[in-house]
Amino acid sequence: MALTKATPRTGMSPRRFQWRVVDIVVASVLAVAVGVIFFAWSAGYSGVQLLTGAFPPLLGLYTGGWLIAGVLGGLIIRKPGAAIYCEVLAAAVSALLGTQFGLLVLLSGFIQGLGAELVFLLFLYRKWNVGVALLAGLGAGIALAVSENILYNALWSVEYQLLYVLFASVSGVLIAGLLSWLAVRGLAKTGVLSSFAAGRTADR
Amino acid sequence: MTVGSTRPVAATADGWGWRHAGRPGFAVRGVDLHIEPGERVLLLGASGSGKSTLLSALAGVLGDAEEGEQEGRILLDGEPPAARRGRAGLVLQDPDSQIVLARVGDEVAFGAENLSVPPPEIWRRVRESLDDVGLDVPLDRSTSALSGGQKQRLALAAVLAMRPGLLLLDEPTANLDPQGVTEVRDAVVRTLDRTNATLVVVEHRVAVWADVVDRVVVLGAGGGILADGPPAAVLGDPATRSVLAAAGVWIPGWRPPLAEAPGTRTPGPELLAARGLSVARTRRGPAVLEGVGLSLPEGSALSIVGANGSGKSTLALTLAGLLRARAGTVAAADTLARGAGADPARWKSAQLVQRIGSVFQDPEHQFLTGTVVQELEFGPRSARIPAAEYGPRVEALAERLRLTHLLHANPFTLSGGEKRRLSVATVLATRPAVLVLDEPTFGQDAGTWAELVGLLRGLVAEGRSVVSVTHDDDFTRALGGGILEVRAGSARPTAAA
Amino acid sequence: MSADLSAPVLSGAVLLRANPLSKLFAAGIVTVAVMLSIDWVSAAVVLSGELLLMPLLGISARRLLLRIWPLVAAAAVGGYGTALLAEKTGRVLLDAGPFLFTEGSVGAGIAVALRGLAVALPGIFLMISTDPTDLADALGQKLRLPHRFVLSALAAMRLAGLLLDQWRTLGLARHARGAGPDGSPLARVRDFLGQSFGLLVQAIRRATRLAVAMEARGFGAGPRTWARESTFSAVDLWVAAAGAALAAAAVTAAVAAGTWNLLLT
Repeated sequence: MALTKATPRTGMSPRRFQWRVVDIVVASVLAVAVGVIFFAWSAGYSGVQLLTGAFPPLLGLYTGGWLIAGVLGGLIIRKPGAAIYCEVLAAAVSALLGTQFGLLVLLSGFIQGLGAELVFLLFLYRKWNVGVALLAGLGAGIALAVSENILYNALWSVEYQLLYVLFASVSGVLIAGLLSWLAVRGLAKTGVLSSFAAGRTADR
Repeated sequence: MTVGSTRPVAATADGWGWRHAGRPGFAVRGVDLHIEPGERVLLLGASGSGKSTLLSALAGVLGDAEEGEQEGRILLDGEPPAARRGRAGLVLQDPDSQIVLARVGDEVAFGAENLSVPPPEIWRRVRESLDDVGLDVPLDRSTSALSGGQKQRLALAAVLAMRPGLLLLDEPTANLDPQGVTEVRDAVVRTLDRTNATLVVVEHRVAVWADVVDRVVVLGAGGGILADGPPAAVLGDPATRSVLAAAGVWIPGWRPPLAEAPGTRTPGPELLAARGLSVARTRRGPAVLEGVGLSLPEGSALSIVGANGSGKSTLALTLAGLLRARAGTVAAADTLARGAGADPARWKSAQLVQRIGSVFQDPEHQFLTGTVVQELEFGPRSARIPAAEYGPRVEALAERLRLTHLLHANPFTLSGGEKRRLSVATVLATRPAVLVLDEPTFGQDAGTWAELVGLLRGLVAEGRSVVSVTHDDDFTRALGGGILEVRAGSARPTAAA
Repeated sequence: MSADLSAPVLSGAVLLRANPLSKLFAAGIVTVAVMLSIDWVSAAVVLSGELLLMPLLGISARRLLLRIWPLVAAAAVGGYGTALLAEKTGRVLLDAGPFLFTEGSVGAGIAVALRGLAVALPGIFLMISTDPTDLADALGQKLRLPHRFVLSALAAMRLAGLLLDQWRTLGLARHARGAGPDGSPLARVRDFLGQSFGLLVQAIRRATRLAVAMEARGFGAGPRTWARESTFSAVDLWVAAAGAALAAAAVTAAVAAGTWNLLLT
């Protein structure tokens, strides 16, 4: 028989930073849902991928979709680590559903989540407005492009690598940043976020 | 914590109230209640009177100051519920959102694991609990493969493995077919007889539990307790009965009043017909139903009945032009098709909404916009009906279905009954000649039920055709028309009601 | 593809008996070895090692191919991209305007394609031979990861199949309301976004209820026991050793052949 310790509730860290059960479960299901949405997208819209396949750096424009889980999770849960946790789990789901392969997607998920997480940290997990959302998307986009240039595109010429960073950043800001922010606003109005500060307060 | 203790729990509410964080008003307040160990209590009240909130508080899962503001106190055996984890076991309404794990045995073990019960003892309890609820399946059976009634009995077993002294059931049978309702109710009774645990159950359909409980408590809509006593006394009291009836609670021996049925109408010419129809949920999946033949004349009602999982909903989706027929045909007569072609599955969305309207079981699946009024206007707009024409129509519909005061509310924030009324209104806004409804009365209170029946009867009298998939015998009887019974892969019409 | 992610059909005679952690270790070390360098020798050694081990692990080639054909396509696309964009060294093989391929760039493309396959297979072996519940048990008991996160992730995975069904239902429901995916590509994208929003609403509703159900069953309140004990056996030693050996063989072969090409150097 094995015993694990529960997360200790120390008086040191403020309560605002502690994960409740509902935070963890909603973050987890959210990541899975984003994975399912991506599966549906790649099943129904494979034409887009073929199109960008002709000139691979264009794929960067498409990558913002992979970054939604982290930014969206961070904006809704508002706890340290939420962006990383959601992004890693969404990566695991896409591996299981067969839209991405290999253990490396977990590493990629971590790096992309970290890109968004650092932006939320920069604002000390206090600001959740549209600007922060766009920046988090940008952070995730840059993290994605730089890591993929190192891991996968290392043999591309430098100018193509830079182009990839540019496209991924634009995509991160627009798709992961803006769409996530709009989604959170819409979700707050439906009342499903009533257990979360994100659903009770206007963005601030 | 004492392992294996099954002593029944006493529950006390002392001027108790709760306000959810971010909401202006209290969800429930002024509750004074003492429940003796081993008592069996049915908790009633209008929707919004805070029954579920009270159950969550007794289960100790309402949260703390971050989630809301508490007034007064609630105690289990003299202590706050959160300090007595595992003494109260909660079963919720929706079977699919309370199953945690993938295998039956693991699911039952989960609660006991969380209470740090030693593993050998856990597996003893798992077998005992599954026995108690009469769920005779292998421990490694997938939890997704169970029927609705089995899932709810699994949820009950999962709670029982914690050996709770207080069972809290929040509308545990509202989502089940009649067979599932009986299964779950009987399992609860068997368990209570063995463990003597205290019971608090919330349920709209009083008849299910009236013979099981020894006390009925009615929460007032404005706070406090309206009535409290033995079932016969509370449910027999005319004043209480009228309050409960007004709140939409289904009281035994009472049926919601209906306007007189419109005179039977001789059905008109055929609108829609199915011949040798086989239906399947997905393009490559197996056919769930084969060889269905039916004819739907103008001004008729048809109820599709049968056990869960028999393919009723798939048949309805296919008749509604949303799924392609696997084999055979669904054909619309020229009066219905109006130039769009005979096969409804090939119609574009904008054509479909003006010909066949579908009302899904979960209204939320059909919500597309941010306000009720946009929701009502969406169909007419996508069908390019001019605003001068749909404006008055939408207004009249909102009036008829009592949605006028909600026009600018977000559809997702409505109550269950309001959502149901909205989902029907949105479909009617484009005036389809055929209406297909999937379990329209599921989980509805008596008020919404009566309203729906009245509305649908009116539509049939106007000459439209109404097809309903339903488990609700009262509904089928009240609506009249034909009955198609679906059973194990095939469908046959039974005598018209 | 099995929609029920938490109860997949498993295969792999030897691997099935191993603890998920030893498989994770073996897959991880092989992945790292392949990733460290972009060269065709290390990728080819690992790939052939993986293919040779397949019968021993009890994985059927036919079932594997059925599952991974998109991966083969993805590896080919990745190789093509590199061949197109890499430094153009060596003899020109094809010159068609912007599409210029040389010996050097095609060689690089082949290395990237082989590497793509070699790096993906260990994860796939792990996936088709591991029950997610066992993996969660191992992560919680042996690796001591926080159990609230491990078990919530597991519970969420179970919902994947349900959410996929819900996605289809939402599509039909929207079509019935007049919001079907007919029309321009822009209208289709808008419809897709609307359907995605609908799924998020349902997912969060479900998750919130699930959290209540889990808390009501004592989840997250303190220390817990595990009804299924996660254990190691001799098989685990073999699995871990095989992974380490394959990784070492790949690095040694590439260094010996002089093709070793470490990332970032």
